[in-house]
Amino acid sequence: MNAAADPRRRHGMDHERYAWSMLAERAPQRWPGDKPLALWINLSLEHFPLDARDEGFKPHGAMTMPYPDLRHYTLRDYGNRVGVYRVLDAMAQADLAASLAVNGELVARYPALAGALRATGWEWIGHGWNMDCMHYGGIDPDREAALVGDSLRLLREASGQPVRGWLSPARSQSPHTPELLREAGVDWCADWINDELPYRFETAHGPLTALPLALELEDRFVIGENLHAESEWADQCIDACEFLLEEARRLGAGRLLSLSLHPWVIGQPHRIGQLERVLTHLAGHRDALWLPTPSQLVDHVRMA
Amino acid sequence: MKPDPGLYAYLPWHQRPRIRWPGDARVALWIAPNIEFYELDPPPNPQRKAWSRPVPDVVGYATRDWGNRVGHQRMMRVLDRLDVRGSVSLSTAMCVHHPEVVAMAAERGWEFFSHGLYNTRYAYGMDQAQERAMIEESMALIAEHTGQHCDGYLAPALSHTEHTIDLFAEAGGLYTCDLFHDDQPTPVTTRSGRRLVSVPYSLELNDTIVYVVNRIEPRRYGQMLRDAFDRLYAEGEHSGTVLCVPLHAYQVSHPHRLRAFEDAMDYICGHDRVWKATGREIARHFLDHHYDDFVAAQQAAAA
Repeated sequence: MNAAADPRRRHGMDHERYAWSMLAERAPQRWPGDKPLALWINLSLEHFPLDARDEGFKPHGAMTMPYPDLRHYTLRDYGNRVGVYRVLDAMAQADLAASLAVNGELVARYPALAGALRATGWEWIGHGWNMDCMHYGGIDPDREAALVGDSLRLLREASGQPVRGWLSPARSQSPHTPELLREAGVDWCADWINDELPYRFETAHGPLTALPLALELEDRFVIGENLHAESEWADQCIDACEFLLEEARRLGAGRLLSLSLHPWVIGQPHRIGQLERVLTHLAGHRDALWLPTPSQLVDHVRMA
Repeated sequence: MKPDPGLYAYLPWHQRPRIRWPGDARVALWIAPNIEFYELDPPPNPQRKAWSRPVPDVVGYATRDWGNRVGHQRMMRVLDRLDVRGSVSLSTAMCVHHPEVVAMAAERGWEFFSHGLYNTRYAYGMDQAQERAMIEESMALIAEHTGQHCDGYLAPALSHTEHTIDLFAEAGGLYTCDLFHDDQPTPVTTRSGRRLVSVPYSLELNDTIVYVVNRIEPRRYGQMLRDAFDRLYAEGEHSGTVLCVPLHAYQVSHPHRLRAFEDAMDYICGHDRVWKATGREIARHFLDHHYDDFVAAQQAAAA
């Protein structure tokens, strides 16, 4: 096959969503107060239905046993009953804030949880309908539009916020998800984990900002998929913080540490202490940290 | 199908001609950064899916794109400091998509060898003419964009046919990284009789095997590298050994992983009898000094 028969073999990307750009070649990113490191912590609040249909693909954490899979249903539900409150306590103890990615159905199911989340005053972001409703290549377009619209409507009602950000369940998209998000009033999205700073992402209805939420450091990935020890996850978070701080200071270029947490993983009693260790370490660098909401971070980068 | 690849002879570890590396080194160390392009929507291959999720597999694609956008410079900084040249296993379509990355490696005097066109295009199902065309096109891209002759081969995504090794030898290759049967270079049997060397590629120390397949912790990876080096350094007192560290920026360069790698490499490079080589240099040294002795030893062992 030669290049003429291979039209997407060309300089840059093999698609039209964003421009090719290397982080190290960009103008240095400046954060307010010339802080070297921005910190973004996100909590994903998730509902895994018992009657899973597994349409598209089955994400990590989904039901795996024959119906009724009480084992995994209840372990996930644990996060919304117990784990999340431990995580909120740990955040308060460290005097740090997070954003809240919430499955739309969860708001309808557990108004008391929605109330507790609203009471934090933190930013809410869209997180799809539930963890059995994947956005995937092949999904019916009307059905996907309803998943986006219904979930954002419930989150906006429950939070009283515009809800500008989006994290798809399992970071999965169909070819149309970015357009649907833009039409629904979303202006930034965390799914594409190909960078460490925000960048411009094209849709047919105008641009989004991509704000990558790192996958390979998240609690669910390191502990749940890699099966690393809890203390190892905490060590890796601390190593990432130190690495990015050193790089930011050496290059005079702001860096972003994004930390993705799942109360159904990290809210277990044998794990929460390791989250507290990570948060204590981060809080110890408070003078070096910029602590924006994710939408503030996006706005800052756009204005630069 | 064949029960044995028929590509190399059996030669017991303790009954070989002695390998002597330049400078009386015990270990030839070579670092093989894989610089790869994965397509968002590749042509389907009936025998292997490129992505586990339906297209677009945002996570699979973006994970690898991160290496090209963020990871390479971080790895290069570490290797620069250690004064180690990379031997790049190149998805040669990178010369078109991201020539800036290729140029950064070329500026450092790194070697380039072929890793196919894209890491999402597999050799499975290709006939010999198709695979030959793919190999020759990849070698031509390296020559055109780097000025180097492509001496080595690692099949794209380790996708092989029964003819891969022969086709590469016939295209003018010197060495293959596709065989993981040894810690020393070995002669490869080719149908054309062309001399081809297998250069060890330490697949179990490949960061993608470590992090994606075996899901190993970053610090344990560092310890594995030290332990492998210690053993090969000790055994290299008697006959030279090879330690290859195959890397992918999208794995090793993450902020939570790079330091553990760097510490291990500091330890390894702190030893004096280490030959910091490239794949090509190891293959040429073996061809010039040991290949014939190894072939003779194989024949004697078989007799």
